[in-house]
Amino acid sequence: MSGNMNITLKVWRQKNNNESGKFETYNVPNVSEDMSFLEMFDVLNERLIIEGKDPVAFDHDCREGICGMCSMFINGRPHGPLKGVTTCQLHMRSFKNNDTIVVEPWRAKAFPVIKDLMVNRSAFDRIIASGGYISVNTGNAQDANSLPISKVNADEAFAAAACIGCGACVAACKNASAMLFTSAKISQLALLPQGVPERQQRALNMVAQMDAEGFGSCTNTGACEAECPKGISLSNIARMNREFLGASLTA
Amino acid sequence: MSTSTKLDSKIPEGNLEQKWTKYRSTVPLVNPANKRSLEIIVVGSGLAGSAAAASLAEMGYKVKVFCFQDSPRRAHSIAAQGGINAAKNYQNDGDSIYRLFYDTIKGGDYRAREGNVHRLAEVSGNIIDQCVAQGVPFAREYGGLLSNRSFGGTQVQRTFYAAGQTGQQLLLGAYSGLERQVGMGAVQIYSRHEMLDIVNIDGKCRGIIARDLITGKLERHFGHAVLLCTGGYGNVFYLSTNAMGSNVTAAWKAHKKGAFFGNPCFTQIHPTCIPVSGDHQSKLTLMSESLRNDGRIWVPKRKEDAEAIRTGKLNPNDLKEEDRDYYLERRYPAFGNLVPRDVASRAAKERCDAGYGVNKTGEAVYLDFKFNMMRYGRIEATKKGLHNPTDAQILQMGKDVVAEKYGNLFDMYKQITGVDPYENPMMIYPAVHYTMGGLWVDYNLMTTVPGLYALGEANFSDHGANRLGASALMQGLADGYFVIPYTIGAYLNSEIRTQAIPTSHDAFEIAEKEAQSRIDKLITVNGSKSVDYFHKKLGLIMWNKCGMERTESGLKEAISEIRALREEFWKDVRVPGEANSMNPELEKAGRVADFLELGELMCIDALNRNESCGGHFRAEYQTEEGEALRDDENFAYVAAWENKGNHEWELHKEELKYENIKIAQRSYK
Ligand SMILES: Cc1cc2nc3c(=O)[nH]c(=O)nc-3n(C[C@H](O)[C@H](O)[C@H](O)COP(=O)(O)OP(=O)(O)OC[C@H]3O[C@@H](n4cnc5c(N)ncnc54)[C@H](O)[C@@H]3O)c2cc1C
Ligand code: SF4
Ligand code: FES
Repeated sequence: MSGNMNITLKVWRQKNNNESGKFETYNVPNVSEDMSFLEMFDVLNERLIIEGKDPVAFDHDCREGICGMCSMFINGRPHGPLKGVTTCQLHMRSFKNNDTIVVEPWRAKAFPVIKDLMVNRSAFDRIIASGGYISVNTGNAQDANSLPISKVNADEAFAAAACIGCGACVAACKNASAMLFTSAKISQLALLPQGVPERQQRALNMVAQMDAEGFGSCTNTGACEAECPKGISLSNIARMNREFLGASLTA
Repeated sequence: MSTSTKLDSKIPEGNLEQKWTKYRSTVPLVNPANKRSLEIIVVGSGLAGSAAAASLAEMGYKVKVFCFQDSPRRAHSIAAQGGINAAKNYQNDGDSIYRLFYDTIKGGDYRAREGNVHRLAEVSGNIIDQCVAQGVPFAREYGGLLSNRSFGGTQVQRTFYAAGQTGQQLLLGAYSGLERQVGMGAVQIYSRHEMLDIVNIDGKCRGIIARDLITGKLERHFGHAVLLCTGGYGNVFYLSTNAMGSNVTAAWKAHKKGAFFGNPCFTQIHPTCIPVSGDHQSKLTLMSESLRNDGRIWVPKRKEDAEAIRTGKLNPNDLKEEDRDYYLERRYPAFGNLVPRDVASRAAKERCDAGYGVNKTGEAVYLDFKFNMMRYGRIEATKKGLHNPTDAQILQMGKDVVAEKYGNLFDMYKQITGVDPYENPMMIYPAVHYTMGGLWVDYNLMTTVPGLYALGEANFSDHGANRLGASALMQGLADGYFVIPYTIGAYLNSEIRTQAIPTSHDAFEIAEKEAQSRIDKLITVNGSKSVDYFHKKLGLIMWNKCGMERTESGLKEAISEIRALREEFWKDVRVPGEANSMNPELEKAGRVADFLELGELMCIDALNRNESCGGHFRAEYQTEEGEALRDDENFAYVAAWENKGNHEWELHKEELKYENIKIAQRSYK
């Protein structure tokens, strides 16, 4: 079932990290409003392959808005126009017939382009490795219900833990800051009693790693929160700053 | 029947309750100094892989982890929604290890091993403890204790959850443990790497060949042992609830190098997924089983009404209560909407095939929350001390309760279908979801290749012919946290004198050459059809002939169609781009080539199994009421297939003995 929308795409094409890239324009006819944004790219790629051209490379996996892999900068906004929706969950009914859509990769020094719309986000893994955990070896745990946690704290920790590590916050920020991502993990663990013993060291280490990766500083514009598909709140950044400050004072 | 001499399940002797505790305290150990010189390769970073890698590194082994995504945190486990089972009995509703064991064996339609399943039930409680200690934010009650919900195939509340994002939270917990080991230098991660083959030396698995997906370079990696934690192969059907990259390649390559494949035809079709909307569709989206707690499934009683709904002349909300057929509640009064998945899926198909489907294609049924929204609303009204609330007020309060429980799922549904599920009943239809089949493993989780293990969905072990909801997360974490750390000692204990083998060894050389020549071949075909073209065709054959209902003649046709398709693939596929750079089409091509081989084996297995059990429904074998008809006399075995070259397999049987459960016709009435 193809549809009746006619879409023009301006897509960033870049062979690899050593070469410079440029926009290419493609026309995609017969787009159905039930298609997802990525399914429209599937259709385009299918055509490019048959025409003997190189299909557009982009990251995606779950297509359910949870793995954090998809990452398109659509008409100047990470994950496109809808609030709380990842690229893979964006559907063509959010666009109009004859729209021209500009699609770019995340742009940040710490996220180098791999090819076309794919970037390298392993800096996020290194931030987690520097302290985004509770040090508990397998088998050390006590009975789960021996540690009651207020529902309010548990819910707040969950809200912070919902971060999918997509990097839209970095892409949205004019300084390419990773504060929202980093603070979400620091908050989650600081809100839970299990995370308390390591809270100071965690904040110091994760912030240091974030800086070392080349992410910019935070100037409180709030673009990250506005574009985050999982509604991660700016209050996490405030909490991280308190944690960091507290830790620096004692250190 | 007796078990093939080539299969030794190594289930410990002794009575069921003590098998694991006894074995665990007698299994050989490796001392800490020796652990430091033993290297383990873990392929896959989902729940099974991350849990295993973190735990083994904590114990002192040197570990390498591979995944094809850009970060281990994105493994497909992240997408699990509904929950994880554990026999904690926190709800005081009669749960116990035995009951979880019993439900799992029965749910699996008596095609799983007693020993393995009991062990799984035993360690289930430790998993929840471990996850909470890591900071996994499970749902809690106001008193601060953990909350539970029910899942299909059980009558107790033993499912722990974190809204509709349980897999995400569990995986992020395991991932944080893994990254902690990375930070400590005990684990090295190879993300954006795809394993293309295993390397056997002198009859033992000693490493892998992997492709760096960014540079396209092939790499050789040595390990004293290799753990495949590479997930399920549901994508052989093209459309499934699995992630786009989920594949069988790692398991399949191992199969071709000596690992037997267990029960390949056991596929789970999940009853509650968003129906197909058109041919552009790239994947299907699950609506978690937990929704069946609060949603009632129905179709119209009369065909005219179904027709009127399909053509948009009738709004389902306006159809009177007495004109609706709550067919699960009607057919299975004891379990109602919470029958196991295979039963619920077939019942939906039965109604739709009979002409009662409710969407344009006729392949959808309703999952309706209105009834429970009203019920919750009334409870809220009482809590808030509201006397004489209006229906509209009650409904609104009920909607708020439902939003807190399933908000993300409802949003996802609306985003995909454009229909608001708070106002209209959801439309759902069964879709491929999980594969119970997988590499055959013994009690230690070792495959038939010494030194090669399979964990999580990649093995065949615990779910028989049908998996119960919320039990895959449990199994993945059980395998990774609490089984492999012990059982691997039984093998590595005898490997402490084995020096790391240099990867210049002939076996590595040959395996790399083979992998390279296959890649070159894929690129040089330069035909006229895309990889997806073949994948979609394969998917359709599998869905129509090896899906929810199978017949002898259909399976025979499928086998010859798949063979022909495979031939066409190698003659006419077009893979653009180069081998030595990032090339997603090349990755897909390799995976589809393997699916084309696996699909044939699945049909052969389904054809061999002349009975119906769990997710395997052979139309020839059913009761008068249309329920699955098992043949315990002739088929109470695990079918373990040995690869014998092109299109050739030999069947080995592992007899299943039930000493602690009375094997019976499964009934949910
Ligand atoms: C939508 C959905 C919802 C679900 N909900 C639930 C639920 O609520 N409860 C429940 O119990 N179960 C649920 N399941 C099932 C459950 O999520 C999976 O069975 C389980 O997470 C599988 O975990 P795993 O560790 O075995 O594999 P996966 O998490 O699939 O991980 C596979 C890993 O292997 C890697 N890999 C694969 N092939 C290669 C290769 N060739 N080279 C290198 N790396 C490779 C991948 O990169 C990945 O890291 C759900 C499944 C789906 C699809
Ligand atoms: S904070 Fe939001 S935008 Fe940033 S990585 Fe997490 S989910 Fe993505
Ligand atoms: S593809 Fe997984 S979040 Fe979009």
